[in-house]
Amino acid sequence: MELILVNIIDGLVTGLLLFMLSAGLTLIFSMMGVLNFAHASFYMLGAYFAYQISIALGFWMGLLIAPLIVGVLGAGVERYGLRRVHQYGHVPELIFTFGLALLIEELVQFIWGKNQMPYSVPEILNFTAFSIAGNSIPAYKIFMIFTSVAIFIGLLYILTKTRVGMIIQAALSYPRTVEALGHNVPLIFMGVFGVGTALAGVAGVIAGPVLGTFPGMAFVLGSIVFVTIVIGGLGSLWGALVASLLIGWITTFAKSYNIQMSDILNGIGISTPENLSENVFRDLWTVTSPQIADILPYILMVLILIFRPAGLFGKRHS
Amino acid sequence: MTDENLTTDPARPAQRMRAGSLSLTFTPWIVGGILLVLMPFIFTSNSALTIMNQMWITVIFALAYNMLLGQGGMLSFGHAVYAGVGGFACMHIMNASDFFSSLPLPVLPVFGGLFGMGLALIVGSFSTRNAGTVFAMISLGVGELIAACSVIIVAFFGGEEGISGDRTYAMPFFGNEFLQQIDVYYLTSFWVLLSAALMYLWSRTPVGRMANAVRDNPERAEFLGYSARWVRFYSFVASGFFAGVAGGLFAINYEILTEENLNTTSSGVILLVTFLGGVGFFFGPIIGAVAFTLLQTVLSLQTELWAFYAGTLFVATVMFFPGGLAGLMMMHVPAFRLGKANHLIVPYIKTLIPGFIGILGLCALVEMTFHFRHAATGDNEMTLFWTTFDSHTILPWIIAIAVTAIGLGIARATAPALKEAWNEANTAGGAA
Repeated sequence: MELILVNIIDGLVTGLLLFMLSAGLTLIFSMMGVLNFAHASFYMLGAYFAYQISIALGFWMGLLIAPLIVGVLGAGVERYGLRRVHQYGHVPELIFTFGLALLIEELVQFIWGKNQMPYSVPEILNFTAFSIAGNSIPAYKIFMIFTSVAIFIGLLYILTKTRVGMIIQAALSYPRTVEALGHNVPLIFMGVFGVGTALAGVAGVIAGPVLGTFPGMAFVLGSIVFVTIVIGGLGSLWGALVASLLIGWITTFAKSYNIQMSDILNGIGISTPENLSENVFRDLWTVTSPQIADILPYILMVLILIFRPAGLFGKRHS
Repeated sequence: MTDENLTTDPARPAQRMRAGSLSLTFTPWIVGGILLVLMPFIFTSNSALTIMNQMWITVIFALAYNMLLGQGGMLSFGHAVYAGVGGFACMHIMNASDFFSSLPLPVLPVFGGLFGMGLALIVGSFSTRNAGTVFAMISLGVGELIAACSVIIVAFFGGEEGISGDRTYAMPFFGNEFLQQIDVYYLTSFWVLLSAALMYLWSRTPVGRMANAVRDNPERAEFLGYSARWVRFYSFVASGFFAGVAGGLFAINYEILTEENLNTTSSGVILLVTFLGGVGFFFGPIIGAVAFTLLQTVLSLQTELWAFYAGTLFVATVMFFPGGLAGLMMMHVPAFRLGKANHLIVPYIKTLIPGFIGILGLCALVEMTFHFRHAATGDNEMTLFWTTFDSHTILPWIIAIAVTAIGLGIARATAPALKEAWNEANTAGGAA
């Protein structure tokens, strides 16, 4: 029971972190119809900038300034890169963001080298908040949960209750009409892209100390983020939330409970073959759940795409 | 540029080449075949043979990839798995000694192709429902899934260390056991010519033609009575076959396959190669594969930063020349037809050479910065463009900055003249 609670908290941290990335990504997608492949790269940039700033000014200034820089960079990418490529169509846009992801990774290696940066949890949060049956929960995890929830509520408030949010929502569905009403839609697009990448930057700042700040961090998380928004349904904010939490919990639980395939197969009445090392399916028999925890999201995605192509909360589209 | 290239308009000269009859296109194949035979006599060293083998394998793979991207409008982020699975299957055949000893080696890539095709049949059955973003996402997911499986399913993928085999156990092919690199070279050359010809012929079949139609306007194709989904499916399966052939050749050439042949990085590389070469034309990926392999082997010997340059080149291509190298070449066809191409030579020299020198200067700055930041302390000497100097003194920096500024400055100043000459060369009439 206690272990379940610990895992729920761990899964929540992972899920909310994923959500911070997928929220920005899905907002950008529903607005411009372009999937930003470089989204996780902005997350990485957030972590690296925050590390660099934290050396000089401390963690909290990093949390404040790094997402701003990332957001400005993102807006610049939209203004001078994507908008130019947009005229060629969606596929070149996707290829452009893919190339950008490659380039940012190389750039990070160029500036900071290939090794992991010693970016660590600030002193003030480096203590045990409470413990559940001997499993200590660090305060930083609680901080991560509260930060992401606060950002989510803020985003929801801005999008649904303020005038700016109304215009953004209107621009999502009827960009032409909104333009005709005198709003600068390209500017809104640029702003949303900037805010989306800034959110990824925030995620990077707070995840960097825990998950490690290294050049491969974008790659590790990047494809999972895509899987998340595909499972949730492209363009659906709620879908992104549900899918993020789902993936967070599934991977956490799969990692902490050592479920063996042979037990399951024995349980449903198939007995283990005699000389296992000679058997063609020997790998199937020896698979354990921690082994496949990282590929469970992909399996889930393939299943979703086969049986419900629009995703969990997505609208059906042609 | 891409938009113009991707629509089939027979009235445009550049398009006429693509939509041309078969008779027009025999010459390049014969020239290509002769070149393939003669290359080993020009470049005799073993390393050159290795590079050429790798080049031809990349050519097949890139052409197969372009069947999807260029001809079918489907962007795949996980195409390496089809080549990889084909290669792994060939490796297992190589290790099945009874069967392998009754099989001539040149036939082996067919099996790679069949396995690649088999996987494409399964994946294509659900992934080709949509083109565009959804297809790209599925391909990424499936690619990651299979790449991740390679560490788990040790029986087939061999885990971390991969699996290896020995090609010489095959049935001797007219007495040849493929012991030497040159034998493998001719085997690869045979396959590159055959596969390229088959893929070209495929693009001329009704299915290949319909793939173009579905790419440009799926709705209209549906109204004409063609199922867009099936057309995509056929392209996908055919592409999987040729990717598998490339994988089989990889297995023969390197005799080892690992997880690296499956992962997203290799899928990304083939996208890069194809796009760099140009997706709008059949021969684009060939140029891309040759250029990229050369770039990779030459640059990676010279600098640690070659991936950075390749990435920059890629992003620049997407932003400024979406037609790729092939698109750039075909842009000049109208000028040649008008007989005004010679008007372009002088402006080109005036702009491109300073521009090139400026870019080299920029590269020097990048290299020096890299050395300044990352070299071991005390190691101040670096060698660049055949000169050795101290990267911690001010003089080399001044020279590099000056070269960059002057080179790019001249290029910038002469660009309007080039543009004018370009417009002039592409306008009919006037003083020729």
